[in-house]
Amino acid sequence: MTDLVTAPKSNWVSRLAHPGNFMAWSRPVLWPLGLLTALVFAVGLWFAFFNSPADYQMGDTVRIMYIHVPNAWLSQFVYGVMVVAALGTLVWRHPLADVAAKSAAPLGAAFTALALYSGALWGRPTWGTFWEWDGRMTSTLVLFFIYLGIVALWRAFDDQLRAARIVAVVTLVGALDIPIIKFSVDWWNTLHQPDSILTPTGPKMPLSILTPLFVMMLAFTLLFLLLHLVSMRTEILARRAESLGRQAAAKAGSTAGAA
Amino acid sequence: MSAFAALLVRDLRLAGRGGADALTLVLFFVMVGAVTPFAVGPDRVLLARLAPGIVWIAAFLSLLLGLDRLFRADEDDGTLLLLRQAALPLEAVVFAKLLAHWLLTALPLLVASPLLAILLSMDMDVWARTALALLLGTPALAAFGAVGAAVTVGLRRGGLLGPVLMLPLSVPVLIFGAGAIAPGSGDAALLFLAALSLVSVAFCPFAAALALRVGSE
Repeated sequence: MTDLVTAPKSNWVSRLAHPGNFMAWSRPVLWPLGLLTALVFAVGLWFAFFNSPADYQMGDTVRIMYIHVPNAWLSQFVYGVMVVAALGTLVWRHPLADVAAKSAAPLGAAFTALALYSGALWGRPTWGTFWEWDGRMTSTLVLFFIYLGIVALWRAFDDQLRAARIVAVVTLVGALDIPIIKFSVDWWNTLHQPDSILTPTGPKMPLSILTPLFVMMLAFTLLFLLLHLVSMRTEILARRAESLGRQAAAKAGSTAGAA
Repeated sequence: MSAFAALLVRDLRLAGRGGADALTLVLFFVMVGAVTPFAVGPDRVLLARLAPGIVWIAAFLSLLLGLDRLFRADEDDGTLLLLRQAALPLEAVVFAKLLAHWLLTALPLLVASPLLAILLSMDMDVWARTALALLLGTPALAAFGAVGAAVTVGLRRGGLLGPVLMLPLSVPVLIFGAGAIAPGSGDAALLFLAALSLVSVAFCPFAAALALRVGSE
């Protein structure tokens, strides 16, 4: 698989992205990255639980935000990663881009599900309902469905090389369509609920709330990077194991045929 | 006759000779609409309120159901392989098939929609607006469906996957389609629907052709 790459490797990106090199450099990175993630999580959670004020309206439930917003951010960030990987698959036909796209999809679905779940838990005490057909929630739900569809598509193919290109097309179509979905859902929602309690009070946040929020967003992003690296390594190893198994089967078949 | 027109006529003729597939789809469309009163109760006022939404759901489901036929038969008998070698670009081939597909699946639904209007006790002008919205919106649904069909054509068990992939992407069509009967903003919704159809019909053949190309390498 790896010796099919015939292009000269001059720049550092392609050197890093060569699957063999990737396996070599990613192994020593995993532990420090894991420790860093745990450290940032510890700092962020300490800020979130002990060193940030309770909201004067929402009370302590405002702390759900420190879980909810990072997950919502990742639900979109991971799709961005998948789009970049899809371009890598279609334009450069890079095997590592295939692997990156494949292992990002379930992670994105998981973060989106967590965003929806934590949002529901937050919505219950503040709005009195687990679910509201609000524009942002609805578009996140649709995004969740798109992730699940992409995961299902990956699993439907036997030939993962072919799957990568097909899924890349779907990912790019989704990337163009997601802004339209967001726009249409917002339009549809404002049609039904002109005044909403869900208006974002983002810019009005004080620094005491913004600091833990940003630390937690960094922590969750690091968590995604860590999980993505581990998942990519697993996928590469699984593919190697599969091709080794095929080679062994072919060899056994040829010796059996000769005998 | 140009290759494009020949391809279009071929698809229409094949559908005409190959039995009553299009009629079965219309039957499905009417049946989905006719079954809904059993689920929500026969209250005429409620039905009249829900009717445009029911018609849209029925059309949505019918189009998704018919989606698999777009490339499946041509893939199975090897026609698609020949079409890829043709002088006509694959994008144009997909566009011709998309056009034929729309004429064979969406247009019959439009013709059958007065029947649902009567069954669901819709007003005449509500029906007219719904039909107009269907006319403007179904090209977008068919175009998204073409991508879904192209993506799953190589899969033996892909029949269900195409709809599952394309359903969330088609949400805007449903929103603007159902929004077309809203009193204040209906015209804006119709314009959005038309814009969506134009953009997706222009763009989706390229995506579908790309999927067909990379899928059979």
